Amino acid sequence: MDEFHLEQKHSVKPYLLVFLALAILTGLTVILSYAGLPHGMAILVASIIALVKCTLIAAFFMHLRFESKGIYAFIFAALFFLLGLILSLIPDIGIR
Amino acid sequence: MSNAHLMDYNATGIPNGKLGMWVFLSSEIMLFGAFISSYIVLRMGSPLFGVPPEEILGRGLATTNTFVLITSSVTMVLALAAIQNDNRTAFKGYLIATNLLGLTFLLIKIFEYQHKIHEGLTITSSLFGSFYFTMTGLHALHLIGGLIFNLYILVMGWKGTYSSQSYQRVEYAGLYWHFVDLVWVILFPVFYLV
Repeated sequence: MDEFHLEQKHSVKPYLLVFLALAILTGLTVILSYAGLPHGMAILVASIIALVKCTLIAAFFMHLRFESKGIYAFIFAALFFLLGLILSLIPDIGIR
Repeated sequence: MSNAHLMDYNATGIPNGKLGMWVFLSSEIMLFGAFISSYIVLRMGSPLFGVPPEEILGRGLATTNTFVLITSSVTMVLALAAIQNDNRTAFKGYLIATNLLGLTFLLIKIFEYQHKIHEGLTITSSLFGSFYFTMTGLHALHLIGGLIFNLYILVMGWKGTYSSQSYQRVEYAGLYWHFVDLVWVILFPVFYLV
């Protein structure tokens, strides 16, 4: 294993920075949940923070940043069908 | 013992073990996704959903648990980095920390369940209760599975199976563990914050 490979793969600094970001975002979303935002706004804010946290975990802890396209294909397929599931349920809520 | 077969490559160019884990995790996305979708529909559609007041929900404990789980994720990834650097002492230490944090999460969860059941929020008391216990229970089962996987990795690591040349199984256990963390990151706002 050459030196470049070692350095790129085994530095722990990005992990600690991601951990710090996750901790701050968790604190932020809890504080905002007490801020008395309108319900729709509260859902939007909590969703955005949760999605950012998930992206950070997947990209850094699960190393998706360094993965090949083959793995992305599986994840995007699952996310595509998940989105389809949620969108296809919206008319059910809409007609009430 | 060799883990060479884990590094076998197939037509995709991805190691078999990693590909298998990601296919499994993709199916897990659909499993939890189906529950969350039905939660959205019933919560928005039903006037009788029955979201409990905050003193029953216990936002403080759930926040503590969120911190516990993201910390366990970082110790898991540090365990992987340690074995990739051939630092076995740190590897074992981080792995033990990960398992203890996972166990802490479960104990807090049991305490939470007892409190909620005592306050009258059960799996049959309301739609919220059904979703809450089903989804957090499913998540807790996944966490127990992760603990067993991690314990196996720890025992094998203690025997000296893993090194900077052979750490793939540690990486795959980590992928699963981070996924369980990721699911909690979504369940936390869904049940406790909005």
